Amino acid sequence: MPLALELDGVDFAYGQGPAVLTDVDLRVAEGEFVAIAGPNGGGKTTLLRLALGLERPTRGAVLLFGEAARTFGARTKIGYLAQRTKIGVHAPATVREVVEAGRAALRPVGRLRRDDHAAVEEALERVGMHELAGRRLSTLSGGQQQRAFIAKALAAHPSLLVLDEPTTGVDVAAQDALGALLHRLHEELGVTILYVSHEFGAVERFVQRLVLVRERIVFDGPPSQLPGLWHDPSHTHA
Amino acid sequence: MLDLEFMRLAFAAGAIVGVLAPAVGFFLVQREMSLIGDGIGHVAFAGVAAGYLLGISPVWTALAAALIGAGGIEWLRARRQAAGDQALAIVFYTGIAGGVVLISAAGALNANLFSYLFGSILTVTGSDLVVIAVLGIGALVVLAVLMRALIAVSLDEDGARVAGLPVPVLNGVISMLAALTIGVSMRIVGILLIAALMVLPVIAAQRVAWSLRSTIGLSICFGLLSVLVGLTVSYYANLPPGGTIVLAGTAVFLATSTVEALRR
Repeated sequence: MPLALELDGVDFAYGQGPAVLTDVDLRVAEGEFVAIAGPNGGGKTTLLRLALGLERPTRGAVLLFGEAARTFGARTKIGYLAQRTKIGVHAPATVREVVEAGRAALRPVGRLRRDDHAAVEEALERVGMHELAGRRLSTLSGGQQQRAFIAKALAAHPSLLVLDEPTTGVDVAAQDALGALLHRLHEELGVTILYVSHEFGAVERFVQRLVLVRERIVFDGPPSQLPGLWHDPSHTHA
Repeated sequence: MLDLEFMRLAFAAGAIVGVLAPAVGFFLVQREMSLIGDGIGHVAFAGVAAGYLLGISPVWTALAAALIGAGGIEWLRARRQAAGDQALAIVFYTGIAGGVVLISAAGALNANLFSYLFGSILTVTGSDLVVIAVLGIGALVVLAVLMRALIAVSLDEDGARVAGLPVPVLNGVISMLAALTIGVSMRIVGILLIAALMVLPVIAAQRVAWSLRSTIGLSICFGLLSVLVGLTVSYYANLPPGGTIVLAGTAVFLATSTVEALRR
C-alpha cells in the first residue's frame, strides 16, 4: 500500500530550545485510520505540523504522498480540522458558508460552479448537517460546529483527513458521535485519517493503529495491544 | 445643503468611504484585528507631519506612511516576532511619537492639521474626489475578487494555509487595503477616527445579521448611513465630520444591540 505520510529519523526543536521530537519514524499507509496521542507538551501537535509541512525538521525527512511535505504541491488532497480555539466558531457564518470556504483553494476567485455546489451539498450530507446548513454557526452546539468544519475539510474531496484535538470543548456524547462519524467516513470514502488528540477514547474502538508520542514514539500498534495502564482514563462512553 | 458644491463633493466622497471602510473592516473584525486601523491611522499622522515638513501634499505622505505601517504590522505578525496586539502597539506608539516630533519640527500645530485628524467637509476638492473614487473602487474590486479566499483565511487561517492558499499574501492584501482606506478617508473622517468607521458598522451588523453575506451587506449599509447622517449633522451643527460620523455609527450599534436584546 502506498504511503500517505512518512517521517524518517525526524528530530525537531523550536530554535535553540530543547528537543520536542527525537528520532521519530512513522509510516501511515493510504487508507489507514490512525490516532496520534500523548500528553500535552509531548510533541504530537509538532508532529502534526511537521506532517502538514508547516514546520521543517531539524533532522530527518517528512514525506506526504511521497513528496517532501514542505514543498508538497497537491495540498487540496489534505483536509484539515484545526484546534477549536483557532477556528472561527463565533464568526457570523452559516454552516453552508463555512463548508463553501472549503472550496476556496480549488476556486479562489470567481463564482462557485455546479461541481463546487455539489461537493458542498455532498459534504453536508455526509456529516448529517444538511438540515442545519442555513443556521448560523454560533447558534449550534460544539459537536455540531465540529461537524460543520469536518464538512468544510471534506468539501475539497481530500485523500488525507487530519484532525487536531477535535474533542476539545465537546461533550462526551458528541465525542462518541464524532468517533462514529469518522469511522463511517473512513469506511465509505477510504480516506486516510490522522486523529491527533490527548484523548483518544472516542476513536479507540475504530482506529487501526494508535501512536503514543512523548518526545519519541513510545507505542505504535493496535489499541488492543496497548498496556491497560495507558488507556485513556478521561473518557467514559456515553 | 446640496446646493453647495463642497457638500456635494463631501457626500460623494463620503459615500465611497462609507462603503469601503466597513467592507475592509469586516475582515479586520473577523481576524480579531479591530484595532489595526487605529495603529495604521497613527502612522498616517506621522505621514501628515512628514508632508508638512517636506512641503509636499500630506495626503500622499500619509498614504505612503499608512502602507509602510500596515506592511510593518503584517511583517511582525507573520514572522512571529511580536504577537498581533504587540505588533500593533509598537507601530501605534512609534507612529504617534514620530508624528508629534515631526509636526513640532515643521511648526504645523494649527487648524489645518486638525482637519486631517478629525476630518473636514470643506476640504474635499474635485481632484480629491477623483483620487478617492479610483482608489476606493479599485479596493472594492480587489475585495470582491478575493472574497472567498479572504473568508477562508478569516474562518480558519491554519486550514487555509494547509489547503495551499497564499495566507501571508492575503493577510498582506487586507492590511494594505486597510492602509488605503485610511488614506482615502482622511479628508472626510480624519485619520484618528477612520478606524471606528471600519469597525463599528461591522460590530453593529453582527448583532442582527444571519450569515456572512448579510453581515457584509448590512455593514456597508450601516457605514453608508453613518456617513450620510454624520455629514448632515456636521453641516448643520458646524462640527468636525469625523466625530459626528463615528457617533452616528455608535447610534447604529446601540440600535442593533437593542434589536438583538428584544429578539432574545
